Amino acid sequence: MVRRLIPIVLGLAILGVVAGIAAAMIVFLGQDWGDALFWIFAAIMLGSGLLVVTMRDIIRCGLAMIVCFGALAGIYVILGAPLIAAAQVIVYIGAISVLILFAIMLTQTKDAPSRLVFQTQAIPAAIASVVIAVVLALAIAATDWSEAAQRVRVATDAMSQLLFDQFVLPFEIVSVLLLAAVIGGVFLAKREPGGPS
Amino acid sequence: MSDSLDAYLVLAGILFAIGSFGFLARRNAISMLMSIELMLNAVNLSIVAFGAFIPGLGAQGSVIALMVMAVAAAEATVGLAIVIAIYRNKRTPLVDEYDSMRQ
Repeated sequence: MVRRLIPIVLGLAILGVVAGIAAAMIVFLGQDWGDALFWIFAAIMLGSGLLVVTMRDIIRCGLAMIVCFGALAGIYVILGAPLIAAAQVIVYIGAISVLILFAIMLTQTKDAPSRLVFQTQAIPAAIASVVIAVVLALAIAATDWSEAAQRVRVATDAMSQLLFDQFVLPFEIVSVLLLAAVIGGVFLAKREPGGPS
Repeated sequence: MSDSLDAYLVLAGILFAIGSFGFLARRNAISMLMSIELMLNAVNLSIVAFGAFIPGLGAQGSVIALMVMAVAAAEATVGLAIVIAIYRNKRTPLVDEYDSMRQ
């Protein structure tokens, strides 16, 4: 009974810590709501992203990926793109994550649990990705963004006008691409009648 | 801080680096696909950030981000179908045991 309560208590504790950090940032550091929410969502996103690539249990990796996508949807809302945030929740959390969780459950083997999560090139990969992050940050810091200093609100109606006016051909091509992906996915994952079960 | 383009771009860069680490280092094929999704999300975040801060772009950034999401969904479908098809033959999801094309 007590063991079952541990995740609930842990979740509530994490929620309390996050809310406390937000309140402290607003009250003591004098930051406004947008900044506090940005930092919290960024921390949740990067933390759960790290959990996705480092955790041992792959189902938990999938659940951490859902948390990461949800925090990213929050960042989209802060950026002033609520339609993209809604599409993020519907497409990524609703569709792709469920697809990945189903694939995880279809390909898990009980008899050979992989004790070794990482390949042998894990340390060079870590060095390479740190180098990527540092080089990207340096390039961003060295570039002059004075033209992009002002936030521009993207109106949803202007976006839909653009989507169905100037971008209507890519829109239709994407629909054909999705149809092709559906047919290809069914064909690839289909069981052959005479093949191995 | 949330009103400057740099913060969002650095955030997207760090998320991209995390995804690239996962893609290079994980053994499980589905973990690698999840890392690819992380990288696509990082690129999407940078596209939406550019669209929200550069006045000349208008709503084009958001439209391109929607296109990227659709293509990512197609990629996830086909990639997972390929992983399941390979799993049916090799009985393992670990990529370093897929060595039947090695001489």
